[in-house]
Amino acid sequence: MEQVIHLEKVNKWFDDFHVLKDIDLTVTKGQKIVVCGPSGSGKSTMIRCINRLEAHQKGHITVHGTELTNDLKNIDIIRKNVGMVFQQFNLFPHLSVLDNISLAPIWVKKMPKKDAEEIAMSYLEKVKIPEQAKKFPGQLSGGQQQRVAIARSLAMNPDIMLFDEPTSALDPEMIKEVLDVMIQLAEEGMTMLVVTHEMGFAKTVADQMIFMDEGKIIEQATPDQFFNNPKSNRTKLFLSQILNH
Amino acid sequence: MSVIIQSLSRNKFYNWAYKNLFSSWVNTIMTIIAIIFVYEIGTFFLNWAIFSADFRTNFQGELITDRTFCSKNISPGEYGACWAIIYARWDQFMYGLYPIEETWRVNITYALLPLAIIGILFDKLPYRKLFIYFTFLFPFIAYFMLYGGPGLSTVGTNKWGGLLVTLFLGVTGIGLAFPLSILLALGRRSKMPIIKSLCVVFIEFIRGVPLITLLFTANVMLPLFLPDGVNPDNLLRALVAVTLFQSAYMAEAIRGGLQAIPKGHIEAADALGLTYWQTTRKIILPQALKIAIPPIVNTCIGLFKDTSLVLIIGLFDLLGIGRAALADMTWTKLYYEVYVFISLVFFIFCFGMSRYSLYLEKKLKTDNS
Ligand SMILES: Nc1ncnc2c1ncn2[C@@H]1O[C@H](COP(=O)(O)OP(=O)(O)OP(=O)(O)O)[C@@H](O)[C@H]1O
Ligand SMILES: [Mg+2]
Repeated sequence: MEQVIHLEKVNKWFDDFHVLKDIDLTVTKGQKIVVCGPSGSGKSTMIRCINRLEAHQKGHITVHGTELTNDLKNIDIIRKNVGMVFQQFNLFPHLSVLDNISLAPIWVKKMPKKDAEEIAMSYLEKVKIPEQAKKFPGQLSGGQQQRVAIARSLAMNPDIMLFDEPTSALDPEMIKEVLDVMIQLAEEGMTMLVVTHEMGFAKTVADQMIFMDEGKIIEQATPDQFFNNPKSNRTKLFLSQILNH
Repeated sequence: MSVIIQSLSRNKFYNWAYKNLFSSWVNTIMTIIAIIFVYEIGTFFLNWAIFSADFRTNFQGELITDRTFCSKNISPGEYGACWAIIYARWDQFMYGLYPIEETWRVNITYALLPLAIIGILFDKLPYRKLFIYFTFLFPFIAYFMLYGGPGLSTVGTNKWGGLLVTLFLGVTGIGLAFPLSILLALGRRSKMPIIKSLCVVFIEFIRGVPLITLLFTANVMLPLFLPDGVNPDNLLRALVAVTLFQSAYMAEAIRGGLQAIPKGHIEAADALGLTYWQTTRKIILPQALKIAIPPIVNTCIGLFKDTSLVLIIGLFDLLGIGRAALADMTWTKLYYEVYVFISLVFFIFCFGMSRYSLYLEKKLKTDNS
């Protein structure tokens, strides 16, 4: 299988706080990996290193054969291939939904405005809110905003999508509409790295589960093994806490 | 029907007045004192400025050509202001020593100025794009009209004065300071230590020094920095000082706006592959400036008034012209008239800016909810 993301002995410090400790991870094309772990374990930091929102200090991160270094050119190449969805949506509040989505195609891909807007509309249809195109983010519900954020990422036509707790800022009744879009995306073969505590989603979609604690990957396994027969005690404890509440 | 409405609104007024003005004994007494005070001052002023004032002629119907014709100088104690000095000096107040036969050029520039500004002020204006194009065209038109060029005789800036100098320094100073202040504000938040410290030092230095010092410095020092033979005129030197001064204050106002932008917006833009300048132009500045406009307008009001300090380095702005008029033996001693008139002109512009700032604050609130 073609390997698209490769992390090798990645280490990161925030000043003298060691957040990521010797992280090794390989993601192959089309794979869906779900990352979970207690708060502060470094999940966000790990996936933010993959598109260089955070810089690592030791080890190697390669995406599609391009290594992430201080070289801005490499960072640009990688960011064009990697989409990201945030917990807080991070839509641009001064732009309409349509402009939010067409902005990057126009400015990064230098696409004519008309084409970019057509693409934006097609992705809005994909996330099932084409009728909201002219509204502003502040006029949408949380679930709708997150779907716009997904469409905005997809409009750059990435082949890898990173999700950092995409549903944890949402009211319960809106979680499903966002997860449905993500499931559909998974079915279409997108390579996905998802930080989430939605275990139902993980069971449906994930090829691999990763459990992180204190900056380390403690356990990596198939969902079946992970949920039914976890090896580490820390994983067991974590699962019992999150499945039983 | 109209009677009902009238009595309703009258009722409303009574209720409001009762609640706010006469709710207690203390309140009632304060209200009465305030009313008497306002009434006394108001009638005194109106009487002085209008009802018993001279405009062009005195109480005997003679045209006032010097101060001895003023009614108050003929019959002391009975009459108010003598506005004839403003009429006599009107051209100087408006244009300085600009040649009289050329003042139509200044008038055209004055008339075009609102058209150049209106596009910036109102974002829902119809045909706003055209107005904005005109905004960028205006400096060239204004330069050509005021200074001269092919087909128009040259009028040196030493002939400019009065409102022309005040507006020139205010408008050009603000216009030039705006882009500079954006760069300074961005630079102050830059990750590059040299750029950052340069901006911090510049901003803090300028903010730590009175404008007068800058005006003197620009006047004396600027020629030293320039090659021999290049000798910028006084107005240009003042403009440099005013622009630098304003840019430091505006930069701080803009920095406030920049700080209000959530980090997540920048991360989202980064993740989409936008460059620093694209993110700045498309994501950060549109939001930051919107928040910063009310404080920016406040700094503009401050600057507009401060331009009157240029009289110290020998420029004749509105205040300078006023003082020159008072120094003239034919009109001397009409202090009140001159200063009240100058105050009124400054007030009109500053009050306009202040109302605009209030309008924006209200608009921002409704936009965000
Ligand atoms: N910019 C930063 N500077 C300093 N410390 C940071 C920074 N960002 C994160 N940290 C610290 O790094 C650790 C890991 O943070 P991270 O956000 O990766 O955790 P997480 O696993 O995503 O947690 P959560 O489930 O709460 O999102 C935390 O202890 C956090 O306080
Ligand atoms: Mg996190």
